[in-house]
Amino acid sequence: MQPTTHAFPENARKALSDERLQKVLAIAPAGFVNRRKQAADRLPEFEALRDQGRDLKNHVLANLDTYLEAFEGKVTEQGGHVHWCRTDQEARDAILGICRKVGAKTVTKGKSMISEEIGINDYLEANGLTPIETDLGEYIIQLRREPPSHIIAPAFHLSKADVEGTFRQAHTDLPADRVLDEPKVLIAEARQVLRRKFQQADVGITGANIMVAETGSTVIVTNEGNGDLTQILPRVHVVIATIDKVVPTLEDAALVLRLLARSATGQETSAYTTFSTGPRRPGDLDGPEEFHVVLLDNGRSALLGTEFQDVLRCIRCGACMNHCPVYGSVGGHAYGWVYPGPIGSVMQPALLGVKEAGHLPNASTFCGRCEAVCPMRIPLPKMMRHWREKEFEQNLQPATMRRGLALWGWFARRPALYHAAARMAARALGMLGRGKGRFARLPLAQGWTQHRDMPAPEGRTFQQMWAEKKAAEKKGTR
Amino acid sequence: MADTGSARAQILGGIRKALNSAEGSEEARRRLATHPRNLIPARAQRPHDEQVELFAAMATEVSATVELLGGMAEVPGAVADYLAGLNLPAEVRVAPDAALDPIPWDQRPTLTVTKGRARDSDGASLTGAFAGVAETGTLMLLSGAERPTTLNFLPDTHIVVLRRGQIVGTMEDAWDRLRAAGGEDGANGALPRTVNFITGPSRTGDIEMRIELGAHGPRRLHILLVED
Repeated sequence: MQPTTHAFPENARKALSDERLQKVLAIAPAGFVNRRKQAADRLPEFEALRDQGRDLKNHVLANLDTYLEAFEGKVTEQGGHVHWCRTDQEARDAILGICRKVGAKTVTKGKSMISEEIGINDYLEANGLTPIETDLGEYIIQLRREPPSHIIAPAFHLSKADVEGTFRQAHTDLPADRVLDEPKVLIAEARQVLRRKFQQADVGITGANIMVAETGSTVIVTNEGNGDLTQILPRVHVVIATIDKVVPTLEDAALVLRLLARSATGQETSAYTTFSTGPRRPGDLDGPEEFHVVLLDNGRSALLGTEFQDVLRCIRCGACMNHCPVYGSVGGHAYGWVYPGPIGSVMQPALLGVKEAGHLPNASTFCGRCEAVCPMRIPLPKMMRHWREKEFEQNLQPATMRRGLALWGWFARRPALYHAAARMAARALGMLGRGKGRFARLPLAQGWTQHRDMPAPEGRTFQQMWAEKKAAEKKGTR
Repeated sequence: MADTGSARAQILGGIRKALNSAEGSEEARRRLATHPRNLIPARAQRPHDEQVELFAAMATEVSATVELLGGMAEVPGAVADYLAGLNLPAEVRVAPDAALDPIPWDQRPTLTVTKGRARDSDGASLTGAFAGVAETGTLMLLSGAERPTTLNFLPDTHIVVLRRGQIVGTMEDAWDRLRAAGGEDGANGALPRTVNFITGPSRTGDIEMRIELGAHGPRRLHILLVED
């Protein structure tokens, strides 16, 4: 997937004036937020489980080599294969190699963000294979040739009318006069079409929410059951996962699972949680004959021991984006690559470089909601600040911004002067704005006033009011 | 094709360098061997009778249906009546599972019973389960020569026979039972190829966030809860 992350300001502007998108964004994230809250409130131990989740992942990262080797050993013991891949290209080649070896033509796919990260669909297509997404949301956006706009609800940005249009265009073998006005009917049609694809597939590719070192199992969590049909019907099951997904034991998987669904959709647990271990056993009547795990690094190990290590605790629930005012305003596509929202603002500079993705850590109000809801307690705002520092160090911001920051820095290091200047500015703006109490336009602040009014200060600075309050208190207690 | 041998060495080498760890960690190996439990919510830590009630309540909450039966002898009648009540054909594909052998299918000659993995044409399946998890109303099903996984996903209607004694409090309790059973089939502690945790019928919220049942897997999940 070709990133357009560098164009975030233009992407965001487009998204803000996209009425259709704004209608979706006005309703959808609130649904996730409410459901998560209800699920969290219902489990008294939820906050304590978050602490344990954080500690577990920290333990895993501190012992990552041991757990990855143990995982590999168990997969091999069960007759499966582990393919270690440093880069996205190595992962694409590994998957294509497996498909070629079994003469595959059709490949079904469960939902996987890593498969988006390595752009496997385009690669397989370019090499003459037919990849078919089977998660309903992924299927819809694959037909539309769009990237996902949310990590757990890829077709988040579409209405049912959009889906109807897409299906009419794609499913031309079905009667043109059929009625497709309800989600129920649309889902039934997709189910029917995809059933045929499941039967044709030679290889099934899924992601993994978790890998279990103790048993060599990969775990997927779905609500539709598509990930299961993807792995039990074809001859070959390929799992694509990154190294940060490993946990030590089945008990640890249970801990992650208690946090995942509640944080993601607000469910107690997803409809299907499936542990897959090796290929089918002698005598089994179904299941894949081959089991491959494509184990991808793609820049993750380089984050170990850095100020960004904590981001590797992420379990991809999407809670941070559901609660983010920036995501809620511009949607997922504006972020320009695989991971939107706060997690994207931290991951994308790590994976694409600060030069490509430097806008994202700046696109934050630092309200802190992402960190407040993250099941793994990842300090996302702190990391965005680290990326901003890197951006400044690497001299990547425009000259006007650097000059502005330098000027501000000069004042900030001289408190007396800073306060005097702030008092003057507040008084001047307060007098100018006395009529309406707000400014529709301000010089040097167009970026703000284009989208909303700037409230006028009331004439005094916070520091002044604070000092006065303190003085009054002192008087009162005397 | 990537040289995965050197990729492996490079990835592990990079991790070890960052972690300053030369030969792996004893602490990690101990954790793998002892698999300690993490915090277990209080919800399901109660007497077995109450766990059974909790299981039924939680399963019902996610749109599964639960029917209580006095014994295996009542299964054929319950299946026939359930299918008839929904105007579905009197046909069921049954797992060739020895645990289901006590079901006297011949008592309902009008019900067509075949055994094996699921076929495209099968509308309803019946399987056993390894355990029921009370905390979330979840069924735990294992694959095996007698338990084809396709039965859990392909048919529109999935009927599961669960004995009361199979209900446990939590997923951890279920893992302990599986470990005690030697990973089933005596596979020296290894998990079966597929372990399915199933909580209610298949669903999706992918179109305008409205939850609809029957996305790819079964539209209906009917649990026959049988007295031991």
